[in-house]
This record gives sequence, C-alpha cells and structure tokens, in this order.
Amino acid sequence: MLLLNCPCCGVDADETELAAGGEAHLKRETVGAEDEAFEAYLFMRDNPRGVHFERWRHAYGCGKWFLAARDTVTLEVFGTYPAQTKKPPKAIENALKKKRPDWKGWA
Amino acid sequence: MGMSTRLATGGRLLNRARAVEFNFNGKRLTGYEGDTLASALLANNQVLVGRSFKYHRPRGIVASGAEEPNALVNLGKGGRFEPNQRATTTELFEGLSATSQNHWPSLEYDVGVLNNYVARLLPAGFYYKTFMAPRAAWKHVFEPIIRQSAGLGKAPKDRDADRYEHFHAHVDILIVGGGIAGLQAARTAAASGARVLLVEQTANWGGRAPADGSVVDGIAAEEWITKAVEDLEKMDNVHLRTRCMGAGVYDHGYALAYERVADHLPANGQPRHRLWRIRARQIVTATGAIERPLSFAGNDIPGVMLASAVRDYVANFGVSPGDRTVVVTNNDDAYRTAIALKEAGLDVPAILDARPEATGPLARRARDLGIRVEPGKGIAKVIGGKRVTSVKICAQSGEGAALEEIPCEAVAMSGGWSPVVHLWSHCGGKLTWDETNAHFRPDPDRAPTNQDGEGFVKTAGAASGEVSTANCLKDADAAGRAAAKAAGFKPEPGDAATAEAEEVQPMLPVWVMPQGAGIAKRMKMWLDYQNDVKVSDVQLAAREGFESVEHAKRYTTLGMATDQGKLSNINGLAVLSQSLNSEIPKVGTTTFRPPYTPISMGSIGGEARGELFQPVRQTPIHDWHQANGAYFEPVGHWRRPYCYRRDGESTEQAVQREVKNTRQALGLLDASTLGKIIVRGPDAGRFLDMLYTNMMSNLAVGKCRYGLMCSENGFLIDDGVVARLDDDTWLCHTTTGGADRIHGWMEDWLQCEWWDWQVYTANVTEQFAQIAVVGPNARKLLEKLGGMDVSKEALPFMQWADGTIGGFSTRVFRISFSGELSYEIAVPAGQGRAFWDALVAGGEEFGLMAYGTECLHILRAEKGFIMIGDETDGTIIPQDLGLDWAISKKKDDYLGKRAQARSHMTDPNRWKLVGLETLDGAVIPDGAYAVGEGRNANGQRNTIGRITSSYYSPTLDRGIAMGLVDHGPNRMGEVIEFPTLGAGSQPIRARIVDPVFYDKAGEKQNV
Repeated sequence: MLLLNCPCCGVDADETELAAGGEAHLKRETVGAEDEAFEAYLFMRDNPRGVHFERWRHAYGCGKWFLAARDTVTLEVFGTYPAQTKKPPKAIENALKKKRPDWKGWA
Repeated sequence: MGMSTRLATGGRLLNRARAVEFNFNGKRLTGYEGDTLASALLANNQVLVGRSFKYHRPRGIVASGAEEPNALVNLGKGGRFEPNQRATTTELFEGLSATSQNHWPSLEYDVGVLNNYVARLLPAGFYYKTFMAPRAAWKHVFEPIIRQSAGLGKAPKDRDADRYEHFHAHVDILIVGGGIAGLQAARTAAASGARVLLVEQTANWGGRAPADGSVVDGIAAEEWITKAVEDLEKMDNVHLRTRCMGAGVYDHGYALAYERVADHLPANGQPRHRLWRIRARQIVTATGAIERPLSFAGNDIPGVMLASAVRDYVANFGVSPGDRTVVVTNNDDAYRTAIALKEAGLDVPAILDARPEATGPLARRARDLGIRVEPGKGIAKVIGGKRVTSVKICAQSGEGAALEEIPCEAVAMSGGWSPVVHLWSHCGGKLTWDETNAHFRPDPDRAPTNQDGEGFVKTAGAASGEVSTANCLKDADAAGRAAAKAAGFKPEPGDAATAEAEEVQPMLPVWVMPQGAGIAKRMKMWLDYQNDVKVSDVQLAAREGFESVEHAKRYTTLGMATDQGKLSNINGLAVLSQSLNSEIPKVGTTTFRPPYTPISMGSIGGEARGELFQPVRQTPIHDWHQANGAYFEPVGHWRRPYCYRRDGESTEQAVQREVKNTRQALGLLDASTLGKIIVRGPDAGRFLDMLYTNMMSNLAVGKCRYGLMCSENGFLIDDGVVARLDDDTWLCHTTTGGADRIHGWMEDWLQCEWWDWQVYTANVTEQFAQIAVVGPNARKLLEKLGGMDVSKEALPFMQWADGTIGGFSTRVFRISFSGELSYEIAVPAGQGRAFWDALVAGGEEFGLMAYGTECLHILRAEKGFIMIGDETDGTIIPQDLGLDWAISKKKDDYLGKRAQARSHMTDPNRWKLVGLETLDGAVIPDGAYAVGEGRNANGQRNTIGRITSSYYSPTLDRGIAMGLVDHGPNRMGEVIEFPTLGAGSQPIRARIVDPVFYDKAGEKQNV
C-alpha cells in the first residue's frame, strides 16, 4: 500500500486515504481543437514503465489534490507537489535526474 | 506394539498436570494443556487424519507446523464451524471438536479411494483433457463424479458467531518470527531505541532451537530464550505478540499480521482474530526454514513424517510416532532426530543416508549410540496401507532393487531445508540459488524497495539461509543492526549472543530416490500430498510442453490449495528442471503471494459486518418514516422510503394510492437526500457556466433554473435545479447519489485546472432537511400554517424566497419534479422532523399523505422528466434526450461541449428519447429492446431501441414508458415491437408518442 506525503496538509497518507486521478499535467483541449488533439486529450495516456507524473487526491484527509512523481515499476516516490502547476517543479526534476540518469526529461 | 503413543516423560510444552478432553470423529480423547491437536491425535495413536484431494488416499500427519499439508480438519460446530484447519497449528482446548475431511462414508473406509486404482486414468491435466472430450461425457459422466468428490472440507452453514477486529500499528521495525534469530534481532534493534514489534505465529517463543538442543551463550537455548523474552518485555519501546503471524509484506513498509487471539479460548468474549495493519520503516523476517520431504515410493503413507516434525513431537510433546522409526536423509540434521528418538528410549533400526559416506560429528554420535548408519542408501518403497509397516531399502545410485526390508512404524525423512522466503518475496525481494544447501535464499542485494528506493526488508537466521546456530545468531544481530540504522537509529556496539561453531558434512541434493527409479516407482512418489501431485505428473507436464514453472503448477495443481506448496515447491521445480534438462535457478520459483498461511475471512472484514458493514445515512425524518410503514430502499448510502404501506396494502397498491393522492390532493416527500452544494465567489458564475451546459451566470437573484452537467466526454453525469442566492452565491441541487461525486468534480476543476478562479464550494447536503409539498392543495396548507406570502404573484414558479412558515425559518423553492403545484422547503436539519410533523398535522384536512420514491418516479415519468441513471447510463448526451433547450448556444465553452461535436455524437442515427404507449395498456419490461427489420452478423434480429423507464401509470391507468429509439422523434405514431421472454410469449406492441404523458402544457405546476 503506497505511502504518499500530502503537500497540502503534510500528512504521510496511506493509499486508502487517497483517490487516484490518473496522469498529471494534461493540457485541456476544448472548442477549436482538432479531432486528433481532442481525442488525445480525452483518451491517450502515458503508460510508462518507470517515471510517471500522476494526480492524487487526499480524499479522506484534507480533500486537496496534489501531484506525485513516481516509478511505476519500483514504486519509488521522487516527490509530491501541489496541483497548481503546469509542470514538475525544479526540485523534482533534479531529484529525478539524480536517481534516474536515463530519464528522458520533462517534455 | 507399534502404536504411536505418549511417552512417560518429556514434552517441554506440556502441562501434564492438566488433562484436556477433546473429540475427533465422535471419539472422546484426552490430551494435555500445551498440546496441539496434531500432537494429541498422535498421542492417541490417531495417525490417519484425512484423505487426499484426488485419489482419497489415506493421509497422516507429516509436519508439526504451518507447513502441514495433510492434517486438515473441520473444526468446531454451528457458528464456530470452520473447515481446513491445520491440526498442527490448532492448540488443544477443553471440548475441542474436530472431524476429518474428504471421505465418505468414513475416514477408515472411503469409496473415493477407487480413484486411487484408476490413477492411471487421472494424470496431470486430467481436468483440462476431459474438457476436450465429447461434451456429453463431461456433463453426464465426469462432472457429477468430480463434484461429488471435489473440495477440501465443507463450507460453514451458520453465521459466524465470533467477532473480529483490526489494529493499526506504526513501528520503526517489525520483526517476524520469534525464534532465536528473531529474538536476537529484536534485542539488537531495540537497544538502538527504535520502536520494535516482534510477532511469533505459534504460542511459544524460541522456534526450533530448544527441540534441536541448541546451546546459546553457553546455556540451553530454552533458558536463553526465557531470559531474552523477559528482557524485551521490560523495554517500553518493544511490543511482543505470540499467536501472531506475519501474513504479508506490501509496498512502502506496509505489513499485515494475523493474531489468533482466542482460537484456543473459544467464546470467551474476546475477538477471535485480530488483523494488524502495520506500517514499518524496516521489516526483519526471521521466519526460519521448512524441511523438505524426500521423493521415494510410498512417501505419502501415514507414518512417513518430516524428521524435524518427529523430533518436535518427541521433544515438545512427549509423543512417540512409533516404537521403530527409520530415518532417511541427505543431510546431517536428521541425525538429530535419530539421536532424540534413541535418547527417548525408542528404536531407530537404521539411518539411511543418501550421501556416499556419513562422516559428520552427528553421524559419529549416532554410531556411538549404536544406531546403524547406512550411507549411500535410500528407500526403495514404503510398505503399508493406512500405516507404515516396513520399508525396503536400496542403493540410492541404483534403480531400486530391494536389498532388505526393515519393519518399522514410522519413517523420518529429510531432504534438506528451504528458508521461508515468502515475506521477503511478497513485495519483490529476489532469490538466489544456494548450491551448497540446495535451496533458494534471499539475495540481500535485491531486497524489496520502499518509497525512497531503499531496501526495507532484512532477513535473519535460517530465513537468510543460515544453517548453524552460531551463524543464525550472528546474522540476526547484523539484521537487527542494519534495520535499526536504516530506520534512522544508532545501534549500540553489541553484545550479541553466540554459539559454538559446528562442523557440518555438506548435504547432497536428492530429488528422486533412488536416482534411477522407474515409472512404477515415480508414480508412487508424492511431491504434493494435498493435491496428489506425483513426480510422474510433473514429468508428464514437462513432456507435454508446460515448461514454465507457473504453467506446470497450474497444469498439475502442484503447490496449490491451502498449503501453497510449502513442502512441495522446491522438490517439484527440481523435478521439473531435471525433466527439462535445465538448471533449477533457470526454472525459477512460482510467485509467493500473501498471506503466508490462510487467514480467516472474518479477520479481513474486521468489525465491518452487519450494521457496521457500511455507514447508513438517514434523514432527520427517518424515524417518522419507520413509524409510518415505510418500505425502505437503499439510494447510495441513504435509506429512502420507497412507499408507505397502510394496513393490508401491497407495495403496488400503496404506490398507486400515493400517486393518485398527490395528483388529486396533497403529497409530502422527504427530499432531504437531494444534494446541496453552495458555490460562492467572484468567479462562481463563470465557473458554473463551465460546469453546466446552460447559462447560470445570468440567473437572477431569487430565481431557479434546471441545469445539466456533462463529463468531458460529453455524457450526462448529473442534473438538478440551481438557485441564485445572492450576487456571489449559487446553490446547486444534485441528484441524491451524485452529491459527493459532483462536489468532488467541482473541486477537481477548481484545484487542478482553474486554480486562479476565486470560487469556494461547500457540500451542505446534510445541513438541511428538504421537504416537497406537492399537489393541488399545497398552497392551502402553507397558507394555513402562515408566515410568508406563497401566492403565485409573490412566489412564482421557478423562484425561491426565504421566510417563515408556521414559525419555522425556511427557504422555499417553487420547483416541481412532479408536474404539480409544488414547494420544496428547506429548513435547518435539526428542525426537519418538527417541520415535517407540523406539515403532517396541518395537512390532514387537505388529504395529505406522505409519498415515497416509487411514486416520485411515476410522477416524473408521467411528465417525461428524465432521471439520471434511468435515461442515462454513461453513454448518453443531452441531445439524445431532447434536452437541446438546456444547452446554451451562446457560451464559448462548457465541460463536454467539444466532445458533443465529435462525429459519433452528431451522428443522426443516435437513438433518441421518445414516449411509448402500449397498445393494450400493458407494462413493457424495463430494459426491453425493440426489434426492427433484418438480422445482424450473428443472426440476431436487429435492435432499434430500448426502454429506459417503464411504469404502470395510475393517473392514465395504462403502461407508459420512455425509451431511446432509432430516429424516434421522427416516427411519432409508429408502432414498434418489444419481444418478451418465455415460451410462446407475444411481443408487446407500443406506439411512439411524446414523452410528456400528462399535462403537456405544464399548466398544473405553474399556478
């Protein structure tokens, strides 16, 4: 059972306190988007073996959404950070580069 | 002569001063306090304890602990009946009642044993092969026979009489296993100041060391153990638990332990089992090792036991397995059993050692005691039916020609030891093959990793693959030290316990005995006692191409069922690898999955059963409903009255009465469960414009508007009436089941997408009771109670107002889900019941009756109002339901807008909502499909529509329905057919009509 630190309230939360929300940092496509771009927004998700950015909600705690950088194979957590950002913060990127030198980097 | 019996002396775990009476298969037997059921059965010469799964062969006790595959019994009676309980791990208690399993009519005479004589016809993969046979043969011949004989034990019939609970524990270091390694690791770890939890699955500390005669720190292991436990008990940072098994290790240091609190003290008021949910920084597994059987012909005959188990029964329980025990081994350890038997005054006719020579110190000691040691020898065949009577011995290197027959009552076998690696492996710890000891042991360089990418499991003692007492203690100290350090503590420079180094002659891997055994022998060599898997079965699987160990397992059933192959796995995969001409580490092991041994379903559920299974939500008016004949239905976690049955009424009659009364006089509905979400802030209007398909920002203060919410896929997810409370504040009503989901949906968008918008949301569903006063007399009642102007002029349809009614502070919404004159009135939840009572009392003269959810459904269906979950199923867009009027054309964007422009959503062939009126007035079954011309590729008739809601309408006295029909709105007046199920049944014919069946102009609600 995963243990993730909620950056809002600071609690190390058990997975049972959390609700998973899928891939993080999606860009919302809407009216005016081409079919292909909109389809990608609705359905196309990364499913990597390794580094993944994802959304979690501290549903049975403070109720806030946050984001986590996690390895989908080893379940190592590189860090959690507030949801109000369009890309991973520098500190997370640095931690990732150090721990996963072959990580392709933030696209 | 030859019985297994209680010895006059010995038995370190027994309290001979206290006899305990118990019952096995109806026989009254006696044991002692401290016995397990298995040791007490053996002491009463009850060696035969069950029948095997497939061939129903007689089965005896093989082991002395959790690894036991055979001695599974039905335990207890009635509400405390439980099948498949291991006799070896069941502590004896006064009045214990057990029966053996898998036999008919009796344990001694079982007709299923016929399977044994047709074993050649039941090879590995029998079931799979039989599926391929003519279908009729399976259905009429094999399946009935298999059903009759299959299954381990019987399912309980009564409700579980016990209670169970969960514990949550947070510790620095969890240590699993209370043998000398676990105790030493705990001492070392605790000395650093870390919070330590040490759990031991049996009732006794110390593990194997006392029975093995180990010496620790110069004193007998037993003494050292007592002192170590005393020392640990004094420490505030240490918790100790016996009868508590480490069941599983999971991600990020999570672990489950299973405490059998009261199995040995039934019905004493304590919870029977307790599931520990543990979060540990570090876990040390000191889980010991399990001895492996040897594969020789007849190794499943009762009386053939593990050498270590024989030693346990003698040393721990003072039980002799028989006067004469032949020991057969490939390693030094089994000599300890021979020596223990001899010292207990029993006969050991021979030690058959598969190794070409026996030169170790234990062999020397055995010889000194006068025991005949036969190196290079093995067992050609065990003779006996329900009990061993003799063994034929042979050269291990040959094909099994018998050299001699030795009469005996028991055989003690040892094929070497396998570390218990289960907990290490559960969360991804990797294993390495140890050539010296022929076992898989944990690879410390590939430990399971935690959230920081660091290893969080260490192993200690025999679980690491250590063999000698000295090395076990050293390893345990190192594990305790490493765990403390990894958990952030500074281990003290230690004074770890020590033991003298032992000289050991290396073991010799022996997978088949004798090595050149022919097929007749291999068909009698059991690998898996519980599932009747033999050496020949695994070899057959390999020949038939099941080369992966996971496939071979499933094909042969090796290592399945309750013991999960604790004895059979390594032997089985060794045979498989030999058959494949591959090396054992290349073949690998099957996956180890938690729990280590089966845990009760009750413990998993914990307190969550009966009334505590799920929270039940009740409105403030619930008690009134209950007192007035409410027939409740669950709506989400809520309980809502479906209808209120009066004397002698059926549910249908009650519903019809409620509908008619509401249409003709006055109805009262408890609508408190309706979701109520406050949305407030400078950007609230803009936010709601994104959330709803229609415009909410331009809703005037004091007014209400019906709105639809869609997902980003464009599908309808909720609907409800929105009221604007003031410039900055809107109140959004959601469906009963949707309140929490929609509130979460709002928060998701506000927190993750539009976080710079200034909006605040609050789910106030439970803060208000809401009561719908519905029907032609609604206004009369409110005017009678008095307080605020509820006239059409002061409070027109689709407006709301605050005010007092009958002295209650209320907010009144003029909204209608019934098509009648209707006021939905909210009061603070604490006033809900009093206000309801005031309405009921005042309404009597106007014919007031409460109505339930079914009446609500019929009223709305008569009006053609959609219901989320009936007309929608997650694939329906508002346009399908003719709700285009509720979709703003002015807005640039709303959630779902872009999706509703996708080609499939704008397809003119999407089925659309219509009303359906049966020609003969019948009610169409809900969910029925309409059929059209032609057939599809599967030869089925093409479907052209389906029913989404269907009711008998008391108002119209006929069946009415709503449904989605291909080009439905363009086919008004057309008649379509709904086939019904059942022989000779006629299709129901229905005319496509407008979905609004009642008061099409909407005059009644707007008065």
